[in-house]
Amino acid sequence: MSYLPIQPLTTFTVVNHNLDIMKNLVILGAGTAGTMMANHLVGKLPKNEWKITIVDQYKTHYYQPGFLFLPFDIYTTKQVKKNGAKFIPKDVRYIQEKIELIVPEENKVQLEKGEELPYDILIVATGTKIAPEEIEGMKGPEWHKSVFDFYTYEGAKALRDKFREWEGGKLVVHITEMPIKCPVAPLEFAFLADSYFKNKGMRDKVDITFVTPLGGAFTKPKATQALHHLLTDKGIKEVTDFNIERVDYENNKIVDYAETEVPYDILVTVPTNMGDALIERSGMGDDLNYVPTNKATLQTEAHENIFAIGDATNLPASKAGSVAHFEAEILTENILRYIKGEPLKEEFDGHANCFIETGDGKALLIDFNYTHEPVEGTFPFPGVGPLNLLKESRMNHMGKLAFRWIYWNMLIKGIHIPFVSATMTEKGKHFEETEA
Amino acid sequence: MDKTIGQATISVDQEGYLTDFSQWDKEIGTEIAKEQGIEMTDKHWEIIDYIQDRFKAEEPLSIRGIKKSGVIDIKQFYALFPGGPLKKATMIAGIPKPKSCI
Ligand SMILES: Cc1cc2nc3c(=O)[nH]c(=O)nc-3n(C[C@H](O)[C@H](O)[C@H](O)COP(=O)(O)OP(=O)(O)OC[C@H]3O[C@@H](n4cnc5c(N)ncnc54)[C@H](O)[C@@H]3O)c2cc1C
Repeated sequence: MSYLPIQPLTTFTVVNHNLDIMKNLVILGAGTAGTMMANHLVGKLPKNEWKITIVDQYKTHYYQPGFLFLPFDIYTTKQVKKNGAKFIPKDVRYIQEKIELIVPEENKVQLEKGEELPYDILIVATGTKIAPEEIEGMKGPEWHKSVFDFYTYEGAKALRDKFREWEGGKLVVHITEMPIKCPVAPLEFAFLADSYFKNKGMRDKVDITFVTPLGGAFTKPKATQALHHLLTDKGIKEVTDFNIERVDYENNKIVDYAETEVPYDILVTVPTNMGDALIERSGMGDDLNYVPTNKATLQTEAHENIFAIGDATNLPASKAGSVAHFEAEILTENILRYIKGEPLKEEFDGHANCFIETGDGKALLIDFNYTHEPVEGTFPFPGVGPLNLLKESRMNHMGKLAFRWIYWNMLIKGIHIPFVSATMTEKGKHFEETEA
Repeated sequence: MDKTIGQATISVDQEGYLTDFSQWDKEIGTEIAKEQGIEMTDKHWEIIDYIQDRFKAEEPLSIRGIKKSGVIDIKQFYALFPGGPLKKATMIAGIPKPKSCI
């Protein structure tokens, strides 16, 4: 075992530093959500009563939204990864090791090398990741050669190298199945590809097709109305209702269950997204290894001292960093209530807001929740903006790029972002009486 | 908007999907299926049942889920609901079609 079983407890009040009395809060996963929770809670839980531990398998904290820009040489590799330890508060024990198993019946977590972590409260923040092995032929010999993903650092980087030397042909941007994290990323990818090849003066040599299992690239009435022209304007073809059965990498085509075929020279796919296998091993997940979680309180359905946040949950909200950010504020409050034995606040409304890159230096912003579809309006100040909802602008694009700074400097450090509230505001938005 | 189907009046969106699941019953399902050129059989209903259960449990619907459910294999699913089986089956089941956030 390479880790000390306990962190030396040297600082702060001496009186209660008795390990038998100390309670344990353990956070699994030091990605966006886990890191935020560590930062939120460290200042709120009394240090002489609670010991906070966070575990992640990687030393590196990746800025995943940056993976969208990496293939197009807009961001460098350095801009999308940093040493994770920089973002974990010093009073939190940070363990870098793979988590083997959660044993809810015994309130403990087992790590890969054998150490056991007992907990009084557990927060599951292990996220979601791609599972290309779910589709026949996807993770075959052509993986990261002509079949790529951009949802991992390795995939985005391999694609960047490929694009740098590519002379053109059929580029297919494909979604395997829903739900995926950041559901608009594939569409943004297609828009950015259009710009990228235009700027390289070779757009006429590249044929871009967007393939989706859904009824269209846009699926909500308002968004379809406001945005569908983007695809036609940019000459991006759309193949809809395509449920992939296999990648025929020998003949460079994807084939669906209705025997429809789409040929490619480069396939950029978003494979099936699944929660970590840890969740399955621990018997805590659904079909896709997501943890059944109360959608308003973030307490897991099965265990009252286990909470879940971010992409790891089965919430019907978008899997996005912004969602994790809103959830973190509510979960912090609920953990404090849980400790005091008070009823949990039923508050999370599925609030999400996302910048959507549309290429050519422009972007859109959307804001929505469990019940409201994205509409037009302004954000965050009703009637003023400066950001426009559901409309392309340069300001929105600047917002998206600024988000990287906000992410590293505020978001994961748990600093409240001014003017943006955890639940959604309806002011300044153009809602109508809608039927759907 | 309102739509009259058989004896009943239901509210649907522009594409014809029910906006209020509580208005659904089997007759309405049968009528919608007819409009889609589908004659319902026991096997069809078995799938509709499964889909509605997922919907009530707020679980996302996907081809994978259907494959895993053991109710039907995918080729058969396509054969029963030709041309966009999820799209058609959800419409008949009276639930929203699978969507993304925009
Ligand atoms: C290409 C792309 C673009 C995106 N764009 C945006 C955007 O514009 N806006 C936005 O809001 N969101 C965006 N997102 C989504 C956003 O990155 C995620 O929603 C967010 O990171 C979720 O945070 P999380 O903490 O739940 O999961 P993660 O940040 O993925 O963290 C999970 C952590 O758990 C660890 N872990 C899992 N299992 C184990 C184990 N068994 N043992 C040890 N450690 C484990 C992992 O190593 C990881 O560090 C994008 C994502 C991608 C891929």
